[in-house]
Amino acid sequence: MAAGVATSAGPKAYLSRRYRLSASHRLHTEAYSAEENRAVYGKCNNPHGHGHNYAVEVTLGGPVHAETGMVCDLGDLDEFARTHLLERFDGMNLNTLEEFRELVPTTENFTRMVHRIFQGFRGARVVRVRIEETGNNSFEIGDQFGRG
Amino acid sequence: MILLTRKAEFSSAHYYWNEAWTEDENRRVFGRCANKNGHGHNYTLEVTVAGEVDPVSGFVVDLKELKEILEREVVSVYDHRHLNLEVAEFAAGTGMVPTTENIAIAIWRRLEGKIPHAKLHRVRVYEMDDLFADYYGER
Repeated sequence: MAAGVATSAGPKAYLSRRYRLSASHRLHTEAYSAEENRAVYGKCNNPHGHGHNYAVEVTLGGPVHAETGMVCDLGDLDEFARTHLLERFDGMNLNTLEEFRELVPTTENFTRMVHRIFQGFRGARVVRVRIEETGNNSFEIGDQFGRG
Repeated sequence: MILLTRKAEFSSAHYYWNEAWTEDENRRVFGRCANKNGHGHNYTLEVTVAGEVDPVSGFVVDLKELKEILEREVVSVYDHRHLNLEVAEFAAGTGMVPTTENIAIAIWRRLEGKIPHAKLHRVRVYEMDDLFADYYGER
């Protein structure tokens, strides 16, 4: 919420924003032999890597502030995403990043990492992160709100 | 219990303005959205209802009836309208800024209790494909 504006809480709603980023990765772990890596990860174990256009969907939950009609300031969220998500991961080879030095950059692990990163956003509570790796695969972590 | 979702679309104009604030405050908080000439979006509405499957018809709700309810209660009121100027819940004096969150809440209020044989579960409103709000009726 913008600084210096008094707000009061209304009904609870959820706001979701989607960000797109492209990155490459290779699924491989030193814990397996070369043969085991090929068996487990298949074509994702190609030594030269491959890439995806990821869609990262971030959901914030909280009271809608009566004065603004908003759960949080979208500009603040976009700025946080630019600094902590896009500048960090977009256009990168995930395997070369410090974050994945000892972690296989599966989209499961990437989703957990992005969820943890967004816990640092102060504008509203990030209740869910969902990442689409391709149009056919998506991964999500967070509250089971809206049961079912 | 099973969930059923029906989609509808409407195109509307709006702007963000809090009458209790000065013009400067409005511009600082709402930025470009505070342009009083308004701007618009193609909104997509997804209404999800929860209910039991009727053993004879195999339906939770009659989709044709649900479509008509969405048309009557929402689309006919919002489509090709200026939300601030032509829709009662966002009119001057209500204090209700027509943000995506508030549109979802307003649509929930319009639909609550009007869908026979099923319970309103979720109202999702897409302002654009990369921005949407969900409301589950929580106070």
